Amino acid sequence: MTKSIIIAGSGGQGIMLIGKVLAQAAMDDAKFVTWLPAYGAEVRGGTAHCMVIISDAEIGSPCVEKADVIIAMNQLSFNKFKNQLNEKGILIVNSSLAKVNSETKALKFPFTEIAINLGNIKVANMVALGALLGKKKIVPVKNIVNIIKQMAPADRPELITVNQAALNKGLEL
Amino acid sequence: MDKIYTHPRALRKTVTHYCPGCGHGILHRIIAEVVDELAIREKVIGIAPVGCAVIAYDYWDFDCSEAAHGRALAVATAIKRVRKENIVFTYQGDGDLAAIGTNETIHAANRGENLTVIFINNAIYGMTGGQMAPTTLLNQKTATTPKGRNAQLQGYPLKISEMLALLPGVKYIERTSLHSPQEIIKTKKAIKQAFLNQVENIGFSLVEVLSPCPTYWGISPSQSLNWIRDTMVKEFPLGRIK
Amino acid sequence: MRQKSIKKILISGNEAIAEGAIRAGCTFYAGYPITPQNELIGYMAEHMQDRGGVFIQAESEVAAINMVYGAAATGVRAMTSSSSPGVSLKQEGISYIAGAELPVVIVNIMRGGPGLGNIWPGQSDYFQATRGGGHGDYRCIVLAPANVQECYDMMILAFNLADQYRNPVLILGDAMLGQMMEPLNTSTKFVIKNVDKSWALTGCKDRKPNIVKSFYMVKGDLEKFNLKLQKKYEALQAKEERWEEFLVKDAKLVLVAYGSMARIAKAAVKTLRLKGKKVGLIRPITLWPFPKQAFKKPKDKYLVVEMSYGQLIEDVKLSLSVNAQVGFIGRAGGGFPSEEEIIVKANKLYNG
Repeated sequence: MTKSIIIAGSGGQGIMLIGKVLAQAAMDDAKFVTWLPAYGAEVRGGTAHCMVIISDAEIGSPCVEKADVIIAMNQLSFNKFKNQLNEKGILIVNSSLAKVNSETKALKFPFTEIAINLGNIKVANMVALGALLGKKKIVPVKNIVNIIKQMAPADRPELITVNQAALNKGLEL
Repeated sequence: MDKIYTHPRALRKTVTHYCPGCGHGILHRIIAEVVDELAIREKVIGIAPVGCAVIAYDYWDFDCSEAAHGRALAVATAIKRVRKENIVFTYQGDGDLAAIGTNETIHAANRGENLTVIFINNAIYGMTGGQMAPTTLLNQKTATTPKGRNAQLQGYPLKISEMLALLPGVKYIERTSLHSPQEIIKTKKAIKQAFLNQVENIGFSLVEVLSPCPTYWGISPSQSLNWIRDTMVKEFPLGRIK
Repeated sequence: MRQKSIKKILISGNEAIAEGAIRAGCTFYAGYPITPQNELIGYMAEHMQDRGGVFIQAESEVAAINMVYGAAATGVRAMTSSSSPGVSLKQEGISYIAGAELPVVIVNIMRGGPGLGNIWPGQSDYFQATRGGGHGDYRCIVLAPANVQECYDMMILAFNLADQYRNPVLILGDAMLGQMMEPLNTSTKFVIKNVDKSWALTGCKDRKPNIVKSFYMVKGDLEKFNLKLQKKYEALQAKEERWEEFLVKDAKLVLVAYGSMARIAKAAVKTLRLKGKKVGLIRPITLWPFPKQAFKKPKDKYLVVEMSYGQLIEDVKLSLSVNAQVGFIGRAGGGFPSEEEIIVKANKLYNG
């Protein structure tokens, strides 16, 4: 089984990071996995996306042409990637920052608003990852929890709490 | 009877390829004497980049490396960084140090690399046939400034030593000359100081030596010495710069 | 199929190359930032000094390659890395390194060209890498990893070959391979083959002075030196060809691709096999010496797949002693042939 995922948004939204978290969770589940970033020339703002492929077999191209999952965290990303979805794929959109036209089938959640309510706008990415895992068990949730714990700097334990809360909120959506 | 003068151990007993009246032979010997006096022959590594003195290793009797044109200080930087116990020096002409290698010169100096630089300024390109150097004087005729160097077309003689003196990484700069026995003695003193600085980990040290090139200046060896004394030192004043 | 549960780390190709180099005994690195290899210089900056090595951010690509020349001249394992435009700048230095017979490893994470091009994957520097690149009759040993694990594993081979043959070794990757993260197993033991380096500059204590040079003015000397180089290259061609074969034995059509392009070609081969097509893949691992032996028993048909416009195909054709049908599919400038495009082309060639 192979799953291909595109995660897209603007620079600074933690797009690359949740892609890596997802990839690492898959690696910890003994899967083959590739993570490929794509940036514009700009560092902040603009668009950024990454492609993650998770498979039981050796992976050829790390580039995703048609995705099983697309997470679009802002309007530009939604516009850019909505047509790259597989027939049976799911499109998850951050409705706080993107309007979805009526003819596109998508799961819409206000990730940014939820994150603001959790007290840290930066965890919108983790809410989105939670939402994805709530719909499709691509990787074990416990792996994500472990990675969150490993990643937080020792002097900032509050980051673990807020990211876990964000993940859980997403899972409940 | 005490022997007070002899052939330096660090200099091979061979005839050089330099033209009559050229300054390189004197400078090679000065360096060899200093290497002997400081007893560093077994740990010195010389870098000879492209220029008339590219085969200086045929004359010095210690470890040497060639370097591509302008890259002596990049090569020397790496050698010194991986072998701090060695004494590393470059021997560069004006084209090498102040034209094609300006970038390497400025950045090695700015990093404050603990190196010794011997910079031979003869205001001309010798190896390639007497073309303009960055240090060629105004109105000086060369193969590429047949009517004399014109500031409006070719800019001014580049005072790289004064420029380098501005950098905090640079610890010692002196300009000397080979135009008389007294000046040669001063040159040796300065070169010895530049080597000593490295031995004592003081940092980037450079000696600029005004050196005659009778062949491409188109005058006799003795006239060449006079030209340095009367003309060249006006543009490139001698003495301690930093 | 599940991968064995050995402890792995998720790491990019660029970082895997850097870590592999350090474990292979590289103690000197100089480089200049350029996308898409910045993770490599970044990794070296973070780790080199703490692990007993020297890291220098050089003032230019030109300075970096000449620093590596200097470090290698003292006998230490030295490396620089860059991407296409930067590697062009290094060519003079690489020629000097080949001329002075210094063991140096150079990494090129290729991007789109010519000129400033773009920062996306490309393989358009194939000719530059395999034909020498700078002035003079010389060759670099060229290794092409195809995944992150190989990026790491290949570094010990690169440094050992460089030392053994006193020759520059080029690691030729591309933006896709450099930027991509994959799980990496670092438990393999690297065996550093120590060779005699009595030629190195260390100070002439208890021996005659050593000279590192590439200048031969006495008539006939340079010709002799060039003949010596040619002998070395012949030995390399005879002993060091490396390639991977995938389902070649019964294949009627064999795809030829290297580096990350070979991953995609391999995926196409698998899909074609599922449809009963007898298709295989030859993946050159050494691009120079090119694996001529892989083409000794020619198949009827070949399809060369490149991220360039007809460079690898020249070596394939030069390696074939008979007239086989050699098809081509290539894209450059940031794009690359997709699995689907390869399958369409392969089917046409296979049935035609």
